[in-house]
Amino acid sequence: MIEGAAWRRWVFFRLPMAIFLIFLLFPFYWMIITTFRPDGELYIPWYRANYKPFWTWNPTTAHLKYLFGETTFAIWMWNTTFIAVVATAISLFCGVLAGYALSRLTFKGAALLGTTIFITYLVPQTLLFIPLSEIIRTYSLGDTPWSLILSYPTFLIPFCTWLMMGYFKSVPKELEECARIDGAARWQAMLYIIIPVAVPGILSAMIFAFTLSWNEFIYALVFLSSPEQKTVPVGVISELVRGDVFFWGPLMAGALLGSIPVAIAYSFFVEQYVSGVTGSVKG
Amino acid sequence: MATTEMSVPGGGIIVGKPKWRPLESEGNLAMLLLLPTIALLLMFIAYPFMRGILLAVTNSKVGVIGDFVGFENFARLLKDPIFHAVVYNTFLYTFVTTVFKLILGLWLALLLNRDFKFKAFTRAFILLPFIVPTVLACFAWKWMFDPTFSVLNWMLFKLGVVAAGAGVNWLGDGDLAMLSIMIVNIWRGVPFFAISLMAGLQTISPDLGEAAAIDGAKPLQRFWYITWPLLMPVTMVVVLFSVIQTFSDFQIVYVMTGGGPANATHLFATYAYQLGVGTGLLSQGAAVSLAMFPLLFGIVIFQLMYIRRVETR
Repeated sequence: MIEGAAWRRWVFFRLPMAIFLIFLLFPFYWMIITTFRPDGELYIPWYRANYKPFWTWNPTTAHLKYLFGETTFAIWMWNTTFIAVVATAISLFCGVLAGYALSRLTFKGAALLGTTIFITYLVPQTLLFIPLSEIIRTYSLGDTPWSLILSYPTFLIPFCTWLMMGYFKSVPKELEECARIDGAARWQAMLYIIIPVAVPGILSAMIFAFTLSWNEFIYALVFLSSPEQKTVPVGVISELVRGDVFFWGPLMAGALLGSIPVAIAYSFFVEQYVSGVTGSVKG
Repeated sequence: MATTEMSVPGGGIIVGKPKWRPLESEGNLAMLLLLPTIALLLMFIAYPFMRGILLAVTNSKVGVIGDFVGFENFARLLKDPIFHAVVYNTFLYTFVTTVFKLILGLWLALLLNRDFKFKAFTRAFILLPFIVPTVLACFAWKWMFDPTFSVLNWMLFKLGVVAAGAGVNWLGDGDLAMLSIMIVNIWRGVPFFAISLMAGLQTISPDLGEAAAIDGAKPLQRFWYITWPLLMPVTMVVVLFSVIQTFSDFQIVYVMTGGGPANATHLFATYAYQLGVGTGLLSQGAAVSLAMFPLLFGIVIFQLMYIRRVETR
């Protein structure tokens, strides 16, 4: 695309790309290096001559040991995984069915329902967390994983529905009609013909729902109170920040480990994820 | 298949009674499929929304159901100087970050749209800030902005911008704290813009650009008169998502500044949290977060109308 002199390629492509990559990825490098840096090296003011930011010759696992020995980090990881998996399963179940109904069936109020679900997708969690916390208390779900498992689908379902609607629309109608002519009931055509064809779409909805629930913060912050119920983001904040004191080593270790599951899940499904982003945008 | 047919040994055909198959009606099947979704959304969105309105027009505190006070909570907000700052901050934060995310994201999308080595690899890594839990990534930023141990100050120091001991007080000063949270928001949002806009760019046929180039259009003209208008529908959707997320942002501010210093960086969500959960003034907190709704609704309607106009053009 850029032809001609090498300097043009450097100025218009390599240099800006390098700056973007450094800007976007440096915080992760910083997380990793802090995790393995001993406290003695960590707390040197930046203007001292012995401030050596980019590398350490004395890597330590002390912060990781602290994380697993002194806090209930392992339990937070389990809680977050459990909540994310169950909430994702519920949302996929609802979203796939609703997406099919809204994109494939003609019935009264279809357009209205579609719009309503789209609008609920645009209602942010921060709008509802106060009344919802009251309701969670009335249902006696406070401080249990179920408070989150049941409330996360509220922002996951509209998203999954919307994504699946776009996907189902791209599946040709003839496929379903063939099955119907061969004697399949309507629900059979859906279950055995259309849903299997939509598996890539379901996968991208799944990966999105999983990362979104893993990232969710405000509901978890408000609904959970005891340390052994918390999710990773909330646990890290409440147990590794005491007043004004930040335990930076364990904090960064926790941030790193807490990011790894989503990063792994994402790396397996990068293509689905990207097509999900693009699909949701074009949809 | 309203009736079932069966051949019998005698050679004749028995026409059975039509089976009762309620799910063959599209309306019934649709209702059944939508039932779980509607039930969950009613219970956890519609009902809380109503409860929120109810809270906002009473004077409830945690554990105490209050009396009806009408619009008193909202009237109080209109006189509350912190709330004025909140409105100003939220609009400023949303506007500035969206502009930067759009410009930088578009730039990155144009870079990614070229052919180069390790393209898939780069694309995968670029999305990381958007994937990783925001709260956790914010801690890395907070650590980078630390007044005493800031690596950013070290970089500025080495570049000769600041003197030893006179570093930038990133999160300690009101305006700088606002700048800092904006940087983090832009950092988090650029990948989403870039990847989405890149997908939009890929739908634009390169023939158009080439034809224009033959007619003598310069690269900048080609971008402005061909790429940009064709990219508009995707851009509008991306901006819509981003504006909603940014307007209602909570995590970044909560971790980076907690709304401080001296309430300089409060947004709707963090102020609502501080009032509703921190101080226990449920009704006032609910009023603050509900105040977000008409504004968001207005923005969304405006953008949706614009998208429709662009798409039907």
